[in-house]
Amino acid sequence: MAHAYTPGLKVMPCTLFRKRRLLPIPGKVLVEEGKQVEATDMVAQTELPGKVFPVNVANRMSVAPEEIKDLLLKKEGDPVKKGEIIAENRPFIKWFKTSIESPIDGTVDSVSHVTGQIMLREPPKVLPLQAYVKGKVVEVTPNFGVTIESEGTFIQGIFGIGGETNGEILMAAKSPDEELMPEALTEAARGKIVIGGKHAGLSTIKRAVELGVKAIVVGGIHDRDLRQLLGYDIGVAVTGTEQIGLTVIVTEGFGMIPMAEYTFKLLASRNGEKASVSGATQIRAGVMRPEIIVPGFPKNVTECRKDQGRGWIEPGDPIRIIREPHFGVIGTVKSLPPELTVIGSESHARVLEVTLDGGEVIVVPRANIEVLEK
Amino acid sequence: MSKKDLEVIIATDCGSTTTKAILIEKKGDTYRQTFRGEAPTTVEAPFEDVTKGVLNSITEVEELSGRKLLDGEKIITPNNGNTGADIYVSTSSAGGGLQMMVAGAVKAMTGESAQRCALGAGAIVMDVLASNDGRADHEKIERIRQLRPDMMLLSGGTDGGTVTHVVELAQFLKAADPKPRLGASYKLPVIYAGNNKAHEKITEILGDRTALIITENLRPSLERENLMPARHKIHDIFLEHVMQQAPGYPRLMKMVGAPIMPTPAAVGTMTEKFAKANGFNVLAVDIGGATTDVFSVFSEVFNRTVSANLGMSYSISNVMAEAGLANILRWLPFDIEEQDLRNRLKNKMIRPTTIPQTVEDLQIEHAVSREALRLAFDQHKALAVGLKGVQQERSISDAFDQTASGQSLINVMKLDYVIGSGGILAHSPRRTQSMMMMIDAYQPEGITRMAVDSIFMMPHLGVLAQISEKAALDVFYHDCLVRLGTCLAPKGLAKEGQLIMEWEVTGSDGKKQAGQLRFGDIIHVPFEAPKAKLVARPVKGFDMGAGSGNKVEAEIEGGTVGLVLDGRGRPFTLSKEPAKRRGNLEKWYKAMGMYPV
Repeated sequence: MAHAYTPGLKVMPCTLFRKRRLLPIPGKVLVEEGKQVEATDMVAQTELPGKVFPVNVANRMSVAPEEIKDLLLKKEGDPVKKGEIIAENRPFIKWFKTSIESPIDGTVDSVSHVTGQIMLREPPKVLPLQAYVKGKVVEVTPNFGVTIESEGTFIQGIFGIGGETNGEILMAAKSPDEELMPEALTEAARGKIVIGGKHAGLSTIKRAVELGVKAIVVGGIHDRDLRQLLGYDIGVAVTGTEQIGLTVIVTEGFGMIPMAEYTFKLLASRNGEKASVSGATQIRAGVMRPEIIVPGFPKNVTECRKDQGRGWIEPGDPIRIIREPHFGVIGTVKSLPPELTVIGSESHARVLEVTLDGGEVIVVPRANIEVLEK
Repeated sequence: MSKKDLEVIIATDCGSTTTKAILIEKKGDTYRQTFRGEAPTTVEAPFEDVTKGVLNSITEVEELSGRKLLDGEKIITPNNGNTGADIYVSTSSAGGGLQMMVAGAVKAMTGESAQRCALGAGAIVMDVLASNDGRADHEKIERIRQLRPDMMLLSGGTDGGTVTHVVELAQFLKAADPKPRLGASYKLPVIYAGNNKAHEKITEILGDRTALIITENLRPSLERENLMPARHKIHDIFLEHVMQQAPGYPRLMKMVGAPIMPTPAAVGTMTEKFAKANGFNVLAVDIGGATTDVFSVFSEVFNRTVSANLGMSYSISNVMAEAGLANILRWLPFDIEEQDLRNRLKNKMIRPTTIPQTVEDLQIEHAVSREALRLAFDQHKALAVGLKGVQQERSISDAFDQTASGQSLINVMKLDYVIGSGGILAHSPRRTQSMMMMIDAYQPEGITRMAVDSIFMMPHLGVLAQISEKAALDVFYHDCLVRLGTCLAPKGLAKEGQLIMEWEVTGSDGKKQAGQLRFGDIIHVPFEAPKAKLVARPVKGFDMGAGSGNKVEAEIEGGTVGLVLDGRGRPFTLSKEPAKRRGNLEKWYKAMGMYPV
């Protein structure tokens, strides 16, 4: 049977998955193999070396670099307090006395007699690492972190902003094509992962931030709102570090696009349960998509499938068109003609025939569709 | 094996997503590219071995050519009948290419020289640190800590000059204790190419913490740049350190018959060879999904820049952010809501592999591409400059014509040849679209030949040129370049409809074509002959390269597009009045037969 390879986002009611949780630099692993962890448990931590502040003693005291050794009150390795005098001259007349105070709390890192500069370093900062998902530690990477294994619902979005967070799922829309309005967000949404339908506007997202909502998951947002929210245009899709007060996950794309019904129903089936979400997106080498993870089986599911992504499409598969002129339209694959076809733009491309809901058949480049789960 | 014996060559380019293999065979006295194959690059999980993709792409060449090239996972050498190849060469930009951070004492002097040095070696320059770069010292240290480059190039000071600044930079580097991007266990390679008087002090400061390599100063005096020794060191370290950390590269390095080159370095080599062989001033551009590389050779000086976030898919949204929506909209002959355009471009960013299905969507991508090409060219012009800080002797005759040092080397009137590559230029449905995108973005003046590298073969040929320049140039002329034709653009401004030039073209077959060009018009003359004679008579106030109103006779090239007589004037600006602008665009697009009606 004809089939074609195609990328698709994962939307799985239940799957066995692993999450690697590693520190950026070596540190200490706090849990051992086999331990059950909650999403907010610390699994590792490290100390980030403090910031370095250079102080040019020679310039400020108007002496040659090699002369600073006579003026320094501290040597390499000595602790310093903010405001403490670290260098001073000893003139005959007291009025001409000059001194230099430490701009920070920390230690003297180094002294240079070539540049007349000393380096002060702030105390190290503790960097804790949470488990992020509830599960079992199945592997320890010494000095760096752990791998956690868990079973549960796994849903990928197409784009997100903001980092990792946790909270209960709250369905705030009745259907996937309903717009999430500010009024739909009440005190009950505080600390929750709020699920909307086709779109959330700027006023809705701002209201969510005010209320202390942890995350919003919707079908689409407008780029103009995103710009207003961040204060700048996102140029390259590498996100996850934005600090806007919550995490936003878009499941379908930019514009007003109803959330895929399958995704919406799956999220609804986990309403009220605890979830881990991340908006981190990276669309280049090492692709990373935003995700919603709900540990445990959905109510009506008894068997956990490992990974149902087949990686190709066949006639009969439901698909979504992801580019104009039919952006967001859902249909079923009718056929996959093998030969190159001239499309409207006059390019030669591999195409597929799609049957729309009303029975109409259209031709779309294979590059412009995404598989939907059955 | 001597160079004379080369008859069959297999070459690959390992890109971030695709590995492309080409087979080159000697037919009579000429080398020709005969077969090609491609396969997904296998640097990332689950394969994590670049050689898998290489072998797959070569297997495709085997299947198509019927020549047995592989014995298991080994390339059969030398060639014998219908088996094997005489040499295998490869370039690589997989895994993000070569990423560097450079530092110099004064930003506009050693900082800029260090940047040119690293870019010319094929690197992406993540940041340029300098004593006077406007950042507070602790911010510089923080920046070094955040970035994780593959290696660092430290320069500063002229030989025998003051050592303070460069020693200070070394101390910042030591305090930051940067880590290399790949492989947490090895020390960051640092190349020192600064004041030779500071060698001892630099070794004292950085010797323990980093893998320090000391080489000749890249700016021994203000009047002289000496980039090659440091560039060679960059290539050595690229092979010895960076490549060794990348998945499968140690094996790939054993397979090749010549050192692996970073892809942009190979394209640069080929651009230089082509310019030198013809005595041309050349501009070559490779516009990809994420980045745009620009190479130029002007008056035999080679320059390369890479605009890391200007591209047609991953970086499409950044083109919008940098150019501004208005600049993209100005190329469209129809109205579109700002919100709609914004969402469309963002949707392309998050689904980078989709393709335009309608003419309208294609025109939007072409509008973005013009802006990406223009911005990358602006960045190139800013770096491809003469040395700054050079003392100039002036006489009384210079009193009214004083130029500062550091003028751009790029002069579009003197530009002889433009080569475009990358999906949007190489695979546009009509070649006129590619040619017009380059004309609109670069606004060439006078006589400019244009071509595209339709299957991006320049990397393979650049690395091959190290072994056999003849083989590389043969294939470049016959199989790599798709000649588009020549753009004739008189420089000057006039009233719309005014006669600005008379022209006459005689093909090698003696066939003549002639006409008049009026201001505000574009004339398209289909013309395929590889060579023709042009006589152009611009009116007073218009220049075709010989001065205002002076007749020009020149050899030009025809091609798949032919001649484009661009009467829109230089400098060329679009009308601010929307209806007039759209009307003009429609007129020009129609004259060029750019889009289906």
